[in-house]
Amino acid sequence: MALDPRGAALALHRFGFGPRAGTIAAIASDPQGAFIADLDRPKAGLIPDAGLLGSGAANRMAFEFNAERLAKQRLETRRKELAKQEAAKLAAENPAMQNAAMENGGMEKPAEAKAATPLPPGPETPILQNFFHEAEAHYRAAITAEIGFVERLVWFWSNHFCVNAISTVMAGAYEREAIRPHVLGKFADLLLAAESHPAMLVYLDNASSMGPNSVAGINRNRGLNENLGREILELHTLGVRSGYTQDDVVSFAKVITGWTIYTTDNNPDHGGQFLFHPRLHEPGPQTVLGKAYRDTGVEQGRAVLTDLARHPATALHVATKLARHFIADEPPSALVEALRRKFIETDGDLWLVSKALLAAPESWAPEQAKLKRPSEWIICSVRAAGFAGDARRIAAATTRLGEPLWRPPAPKGFPDGEADWIDGIAHRLDTANAIAQNPNYVDRVDPKAMLETALGPLASAETRSAVARAETKQQAITLLLMAPEFQRR
Amino acid sequence: MFAKPHASTRRELLLGSGALFAWAFVPKLARAEGRDPRFLTIVLRGGLDGLAAVAPVGDPDWVKLRGDNALKLDGATPALPLDGFFALNPAMPNLHRLYRAGQAIVVHAVATPYRERSHFDGQDVLESGLARPGRVDAGWLNRALTKLEPDDRVRTSTTGRRTFAVGPITPLVVRGPAPVLSWVPPRLPPVSDDTTMRLLDLYRHTDPTLARVLEDRIGLAALAPSASPDRKPGEMGPAVQIGNIDQVRTYFAEAAGAAAKFLANPDGPRVGALALDGWDTHINEGVVNGRLSQLLGALDAALAAIETNMSAAWSETVVTLITEFGRTARLNGNDGTDHGTATVALLVGGALKGGRVVADWPGLKEADLHEKRDLKATTDLRAVLKGLLRDHLRAEDCVLAADIFPGSDGVGAVEGSVG
Repeated sequence: MALDPRGAALALHRFGFGPRAGTIAAIASDPQGAFIADLDRPKAGLIPDAGLLGSGAANRMAFEFNAERLAKQRLETRRKELAKQEAAKLAAENPAMQNAAMENGGMEKPAEAKAATPLPPGPETPILQNFFHEAEAHYRAAITAEIGFVERLVWFWSNHFCVNAISTVMAGAYEREAIRPHVLGKFADLLLAAESHPAMLVYLDNASSMGPNSVAGINRNRGLNENLGREILELHTLGVRSGYTQDDVVSFAKVITGWTIYTTDNNPDHGGQFLFHPRLHEPGPQTVLGKAYRDTGVEQGRAVLTDLARHPATALHVATKLARHFIADEPPSALVEALRRKFIETDGDLWLVSKALLAAPESWAPEQAKLKRPSEWIICSVRAAGFAGDARRIAAATTRLGEPLWRPPAPKGFPDGEADWIDGIAHRLDTANAIAQNPNYVDRVDPKAMLETALGPLASAETRSAVARAETKQQAITLLLMAPEFQRR
Repeated sequence: MFAKPHASTRRELLLGSGALFAWAFVPKLARAEGRDPRFLTIVLRGGLDGLAAVAPVGDPDWVKLRGDNALKLDGATPALPLDGFFALNPAMPNLHRLYRAGQAIVVHAVATPYRERSHFDGQDVLESGLARPGRVDAGWLNRALTKLEPDDRVRTSTTGRRTFAVGPITPLVVRGPAPVLSWVPPRLPPVSDDTTMRLLDLYRHTDPTLARVLEDRIGLAALAPSASPDRKPGEMGPAVQIGNIDQVRTYFAEAAGAAAKFLANPDGPRVGALALDGWDTHINEGVVNGRLSQLLGALDAALAAIETNMSAAWSETVVTLITEFGRTARLNGNDGTDHGTATVALLVGGALKGGRVVADWPGLKEADLHEKRDLKATTDLRAVLKGLLRDHLRAEDCVLAADIFPGSDGVGAVEGSVG
């Protein structure tokens, strides 16, 4: 087979996070084979989680921290209240002091003034520390990946089944626990892992949903929350306007009542872990998409999810979204069809569907039709420069560019189209300029070598000339990071 | 929902990044016996057009060479006369005043030993002090510091003095084994219009969609240059103007002024360096009313800020303004100039024996030009720098040739710059 460095560079951008030093040459003899091999690695997708808190532990940590903080605040309020009472009592017993107190505006003043002194900025809360530990692991996996395809799949599925780090401290653990183990497994397993994960149950409010006729629902006069049920149908499986009705949403939401989490308040040992709570579960059979499901407790929900995973609409939805993410905003219908068929034929085997994506001729079209999302672009720039990357700075940069880590604007996740991101190009220019001001770049990065690393044969003559003719190294790096071949994939 | 994802301003961004950089240092600096010299090096990155900064108005071939763009002693905006043969760009009245007060020297037809035309390599040679590009571990100014022995004619301060650099990036000239303190001005250089225009040019040739977005964002849609093929009929195609020259002026003055404050402080550093970008004038150079004129004006204001902030220490100060190479003697097809060879070095400061132009003028006839296109170099920049390091900072001749500018034995120091 002839060497294909151009195909290698293209694929590294399209299916990975861009090349690192030497990757283009390393896989030029068989780019497609290298990407298939990435899928065949044992434990592909998993990352070392030493030192990272599991979702339950993270939840309990946050609970304890917040509880202690609240207690401190309460204690302080109580102390002030007591001091006030003491002063009033003292003043009542001594009229002379009462006058003095009135003259200087009240006895409690010194104490109050002291309490009002703002506390010095404290260290990062353990909640934020946990977030950055998770972010560090998340980014490190992408920055150090040799090929990067599996990591891109992790990012894709993590966004497809997104949660929000504002709603839950478990967002990072969720990606490791629910997404990573299944990105090359069966879609049904991924679906079940995501929907039953505590982070998802909290984010989409199912943890507090109760069957209207469940014991708890009757006793507490509370009821159903449709949020998770609806989003599973609309976003995670069938897709919007694919034929399900409001009745299906309600029935499905009832099916998954009782899918909740242990609260740390009541259960310090298991707080934050998944709990099927029969007392919250709507009793009786439910009909979803024309099929009746008898009440088998937690199994009722699993049965519906299993069927949703196999639904033809799900196959089309997933195939379209994958093709749109990796190949083009308006993906070629032949590619979507190939992925859809593979999904159906293999009962949603994501390993084989991912291979089908690599095998499709449309996947190797030379045109770089997709604009990278900001976070992809930032990771590409870190890899191209050969840096280790700093999670706090990367997270800050992606936030500025409108893509804060694990904080999507809505359950739909971050958008995937050029129109969604292209207006941010000028902001990327600011960011590229700031990156290029980083002294590490000037000390350690030769723009011409970086161009060969990052683009190699993908670089247009115009880009080569712009980088070579730049007035300073910083300007050369800025132009390289902003070049169309580096912005697109 | 996802209405305004791009909330942060450029300023916030730059401030955020500026806070990231700091260098550790160990104080070590020399001071001359009986004197307390200050030495500031300003690297003008991009290649300053020396003929546009200081024009050889007395050369009979000058006006032929540059035509309407040649600085002249007459006309609406006359150049400022220096010595009868050379005249200064009218955008630099402060420098002119200093020259007349004997506190500025212009060295003309000067160049480093580098004879190719790459910015990066040219800057490496300029700042490393080596004859060839390729090694970027240390600059000549840093090596000079390590060689200025205590108790020699220059002694080490005991009060925490040190060399330092201004700006987010420590210029190579001051990097190396001697520890460097770096100070970042609160205002970082903005993404320059030059960078933006280069990117826009790249996009126009390769990615019309990105070009359109960038044009919209920078409000330049109506300023499509005449080269743009999709220009609508009737649209003017004026020169691309610097939109943010005020920002550039502010940054130049703040960075240079801050450097001077540090150097003037009795407990501060004695040697410093900073870099000012933007001199790569390929298109619409604007010698009198355009871009280069504005940049030179900003530089002139920066020199004034240095003089002011140095206060009493000005009398012991030498500031050198150096650039990696000059530009073509003739204008190119875009009323700009391309990368060339010889240029000017500007020296200012109260310690100078100034009011002179130092030049072995090579002439401007085609046969006189380097490769028939660039001003020929007749003075080696290292000779100028050697003279300053020796006479101002008291570096030894043997050290200058062996360590600071290795391989420059044949390059004799220019005499008598400091008096």
